[in-house]
Amino acid sequence: MTVAGSPAVTTNVGRPFLGGRRFSLDWVGAVPYLAYVGLFLILPSVIIGIGALLDANNAFTLDNFRNLSRSYVVKATIDTTVLSAITAFLGAVFGALLAYAIVTGSPNGILRRLTISASGVLAQFGGVTLAFAFIASIGPAGFVYLFAQAHGFDFYKQDLWLFEIPGLDLVYLYFQIPLMVLVFLPALDGIKPQWREAAESLGGNTWHYWRHVAGPLLFPAFLGSVLLLFANAFSAYATANALINQGQPVLAQQIAGALSSEVGAYEPGFAKAIAIEMIIIVTLVTVLYTLLQRRTARWL
Amino acid sequence: MTERSGVEVRLENLVRRYGTVTALDGLSLTLAPGELVALLGPSGCGKTTALRLLAGLEEANDGRVVIGGKDVTGLPANRRNIGMVFQAYSLFPHMVAWENVAFGLQMRHVGVDERKKRALDMLELVGLGRFANRYASQMSGGQQQRVALARALAIQPQVLLLDEPLSALDAKVRSRLRDEIRRVQLEVGITTLFVTHDQEEALAIADRVGVMQAGKLEQLGPPTLVYSRPATPFVADFVGLTNRMEGTVRRGAVEIRGASIPLVHPDVPDGPAIALVRPEAVALASDGDMQEGPLVGTVIAVAFLGAVSRVTVDLGDTTVLVQVPTSAASQHPAGTRVRLELRPDPVLIQREEAVPAAS
Repeated sequence: MTVAGSPAVTTNVGRPFLGGRRFSLDWVGAVPYLAYVGLFLILPSVIIGIGALLDANNAFTLDNFRNLSRSYVVKATIDTTVLSAITAFLGAVFGALLAYAIVTGSPNGILRRLTISASGVLAQFGGVTLAFAFIASIGPAGFVYLFAQAHGFDFYKQDLWLFEIPGLDLVYLYFQIPLMVLVFLPALDGIKPQWREAAESLGGNTWHYWRHVAGPLLFPAFLGSVLLLFANAFSAYATANALINQGQPVLAQQIAGALSSEVGAYEPGFAKAIAIEMIIIVTLVTVLYTLLQRRTARWL
Repeated sequence: MTERSGVEVRLENLVRRYGTVTALDGLSLTLAPGELVALLGPSGCGKTTALRLLAGLEEANDGRVVIGGKDVTGLPANRRNIGMVFQAYSLFPHMVAWENVAFGLQMRHVGVDERKKRALDMLELVGLGRFANRYASQMSGGQQQRVALARALAIQPQVLLLDEPLSALDAKVRSRLRDEIRRVQLEVGITTLFVTHDQEEALAIADRVGVMQAGKLEQLGPPTLVYSRPATPFVADFVGLTNRMEGTVRRGAVEIRGASIPLVHPDVPDGPAIALVRPEAVALASDGDMQEGPLVGTVIAVAFLGAVSRVTVDLGDTTVLVQVPTSAASQHPAGTRVRLELRPDPVLIQREEAVPAAS
């Protein structure tokens, strides 16, 4: 209420003065997020980064990074990259096809709800449980293998590939495909049926529609999803370790190897250098993914 | 006005069923070359289905679509040479305005320079030459729909279809774009089917208005005729406001509270009926007995609509809407007694039994 003859009083709640200048408190809302990122992402990365620059006597050294050129580390890096690329690509293709099948069905249909729920669970299904599921089903003593073998189809005749990189390819797809369904479905949902009808009424056929409209619209989202799947596979550890515990073909296993060597070569600094290598690769991929997602969000 | 150069379009006994639901029940409609026909009706009446069948986006269960004398019933949408403007959001979001407009030309293998030139010409036609390099997200809803119109016209289609193109826009933009569409349609001279649920839009823009209900055409005619001489009670009810007043039919006229009003269809048997009377066919008398009489009542509400006002009068056993100039309405504020006069404009009646067939 204002008193007649006196000026109305205005308040600046939430806009305190500091040294005569107003400052905003809007950033306060971001404190929990910043604290989370600081504590669980930046701080561990800094600790690892510093540790990678120290030797056993806590003296500065670049040897840990030089050791990344060891042949078995280079091979693990290449194998992990190829493994991640293959499972990302195949997971993206099959996941996109599955997502498209869902989109073409009823928006509230039971198929859609079931597939999305199952994908949510299966995308997180990894580690020992997943490895055991494969060993129990298609492993050399698994019921599927024994059944196939009994009927004259021995898929381990040449090689016990389940416990090598090709086996990891197959097992990784089990969580890569559901993850693709989850991350690609929103992009497909963003495609409006009017665009197809507009393309048709303007003289385009199905190929023209995919080539000039849906394809360019979905490509950034697809590529972004491939990158996300790549990062997901690249950073996976538990599944690979449960399935292959000798030879450590995956880069994440090399970290474990450097920290708990059975031959006494305990190299924590080297383990941290490998971790930094992985962090850099995954960060690069994530940045690319974010850029592509931003482009997708503008269109769909 | 330029000479009309469009083609004749005929929809012949079109039937479309979705499972057990019949969306279109033997629709027949002919559009003269260069004519703009608006299909008007409530949701689910089949108007959009009719448009989609004409576009080739859906297949009819029965009937034919003939464009320019050629049966196109079996032709897919991309071979019908029909331009279409959708309700909203149909511009390709990854293309700028001129690329959207040029898309149809690209499908027709027109060279890039030529199609850009023609696209820019089309954008000029709809007054958006300056917006050629903008994405849909950088334009307002009205601008997007004008680009969609330019895109539909760029392919020089035989027929233009407008599927509620104004429904997502605000009132002011809607009115302006409606006039813009009509101007462009007349300038190009293209045969056009316009689907809408907005009667004001249909009456304002069309050469003829078709009112649909339950998959059938109830009436087709010039806007003034559809409004002033509705063929069926549904049309009378749907197009404009209608008072439903009890009366008695006698020798081709209906007696309502002592007033005798001619009937649109006089050849109906005598007896009780409900007369459908437009608010503007009722006047507020300025003299006579204001205290008693069958048409004397009390004003209970006055709605200001601009140049005219709508007055609600309570006659005791019913209420009547009266549309009068605002200057007249202002003399009768709520609570005053008034006497109504029914103008002798022919009216429709409604009965439990069948009403006369639509003309």
